[in-house]
Amino acid sequence: MTAVRVPAERGTGAGRRAAGPRRRGRLAVAALAVAALGLALVALGLGDYPLSIPEVVAALAGDQGFATTVVTQWRLPRVLVALAFGAALAVSGALFQTLTRNPLGSPDVIGFSTGSYTGVLVVTTLLGTGTLGVSAGALVAGLLTALVVYLLAYRDGVQGFRLIVVGIGVTGMLHGLNVWLLLRAETEVALTASIWGAGSISLVGWSQALPAFAVLAGLTPLVWALRGPLRQLELGDDAAGSHGLRVEPARLAVVVLGVALIATVTAVAGPIAFVALAAPQIARRLAGSAGLPLAASALTGAVVLLAADVVAQRLPTALPVGVVTVVLGGVYLLALIVQEARRRW
Amino acid sequence: MVTEGRLRAAGVTLGYERRTVSTGLDLAVPDDSFTVVVGPNACGKSTLLRALARLLRPAAGEVVLDGSSIHRMATKEVARRVGLLPQTALAPEGITVGELVARGRYPHQNLFRQQSDADRRAVADAMDATRVTQLADVPVDELSGGQRQRVWVAMALAQQTGILLLDEPTTFLDIAHQIELMDLFARLHAEGATLVAVLHDLNHAARYATHLVVMQDGAVVAQGRPGDVVTAELVEEVFGLPCLVIPDPLAGTPLVIPRGAAHTAAD
Ligand SMILES: Nc1ncnc2c1ncn2[C@@H]1O[C@H](COP(=O)(O)OP(=O)(O)OP(=O)(O)O)[C@@H](O)[C@H]1O
Ligand SMILES: [Mg+2]
Repeated sequence: MTAVRVPAERGTGAGRRAAGPRRRGRLAVAALAVAALGLALVALGLGDYPLSIPEVVAALAGDQGFATTVVTQWRLPRVLVALAFGAALAVSGALFQTLTRNPLGSPDVIGFSTGSYTGVLVVTTLLGTGTLGVSAGALVAGLLTALVVYLLAYRDGVQGFRLIVVGIGVTGMLHGLNVWLLLRAETEVALTASIWGAGSISLVGWSQALPAFAVLAGLTPLVWALRGPLRQLELGDDAAGSHGLRVEPARLAVVVLGVALIATVTAVAGPIAFVALAAPQIARRLAGSAGLPLAASALTGAVVLLAADVVAQRLPTALPVGVVTVVLGGVYLLALIVQEARRRW
Repeated sequence: MVTEGRLRAAGVTLGYERRTVSTGLDLAVPDDSFTVVVGPNACGKSTLLRALARLLRPAAGEVVLDGSSIHRMATKEVARRVGLLPQTALAPEGITVGELVARGRYPHQNLFRQQSDADRRAVADAMDATRVTQLADVPVDELSGGQRQRVWVAMALAQQTGILLLDEPTTFLDIAHQIELMDLFARLHAEGATLVAVLHDLNHAARYATHLVVMQDGAVVAQGRPGDVVTAELVEEVFGLPCLVIPDPLAGTPLVIPRGAAHTAAD
């Protein structure tokens, strides 16, 4: 008796696909890295003082006088911030989507961005409008919101779907609170808060970028250590547990790291939508991988945010990058919903 | 009560937040046995299996593995000795058979060493045993229910544990594939594995089990050799099913024939 009836063609087809997934994953990572580098060189040349790519390279190498100042002091922070923050947002999204097993799961489901905004509004109303205060307010309130959502969703462990539902509820409430705060704030305060609320990296200089880079660099090895547990969580709690994963601590670690990543970005740049949501899904399709690939997601996020920022700069009226990503995000969500609807009905 | 055996539950009370399923349950899995657990839906079979695999912490009592309380052992240490094929598991979108089976190697890996030769060999052996080698590069989404079930079994085999717990491994399979899988388990058992399987088919249970455990409302109501345990009275009492039990003409084990509503020639 033969058990598995495999048609011969299927067998050979499978043979040709052998070693496929891994190689394709590596190829995707390499291609994305090249794209990120190329885009960065282009972005460094753009602006009121345009430079060609060879000129940018020469300026980076140093000693080109004014060109070097323009590239390394004015433009490099912004480009590096776009790359690093895009990567951080995308990885945060990959962590949350794996945790919730849902392509709509993003760090925002846990209410982080809305909570941060509340913090910024409260801080600017009470304490004035310094950047440090804004960052601190965003950070503390965002973390508090995430904690509240996590605890409200906790029952015999945290389950992805419950996290999403509780997160949506809390986000809705905070959103109402934000509108009320904005309405009763003075014009100047409201202006500062809403500039932050649009999400922008155009004003980030080295002094803000470096601490954020340090934090992100510190988080990277921790995320890397989670790659095995993440692949187990995808199998469902019982399978993961029976393979020796301590499911609840692993899940908590994923939440903490996901929130830490987005918190670092949001504190400096304000809420930047879409990247966390879409980059992991785009990366998975590019890499042809099972589950959401971390490295490819990070690179996709970097490319997407830098591209969005270049577009934001080049528009007739310069817009915050957050506005561009919100528009992209709307289109992406629509596409996702349409695709989902096609599959179901 | 048997106290020997590598794996046993000693006076465990099991349940979920709002519901206690079993109270003070004792069960010893005889070493080198093919133990089969049967019982009506919702009687607590999966709950018991999850407790034996350290997935559920007993509210009272303890599960003992190789002489130590399982909840005081490291999870990966337990996972190198006891494997579980859960009643429900998820295949990530787009994963290939080979990749999925390889995920069963997690307890043998650590932060830095993710894929060793031993891992690759274990995965190849597990796929051979379940005859899914040819499907190695096929996405799991494209498999039939029966093929998929064999892949999950392969993942549990790749874990290379001496004790393997199987929660309804033959559901969704046609009768030929059910028997083929049961034969595979019998072969693994003959090669030295200790198996504990939850089954719904009493006749399969009676034919393959060396030790049969019958559960009802969270308690073990009978256990022993299938020939001693399976009687018409017991089946009627536990499952509420009037039936006839005759010796299986091939294996000699008990064969349960439901009376059902239809009248038979003998009537
Ligand atoms: N995660 C859970 N949370 C709450 N109650 C649960 C949970 N899992 C199972 N139960 C309840 O515990 C009882 C025993 O369930 P269990 O899954 O152990 O039954 P079972 O014997 O495996 O049934 P089946 O043959 O249908 O698989 C049931 O009443 C069920 O509703
Ligand atoms: Mg069950």
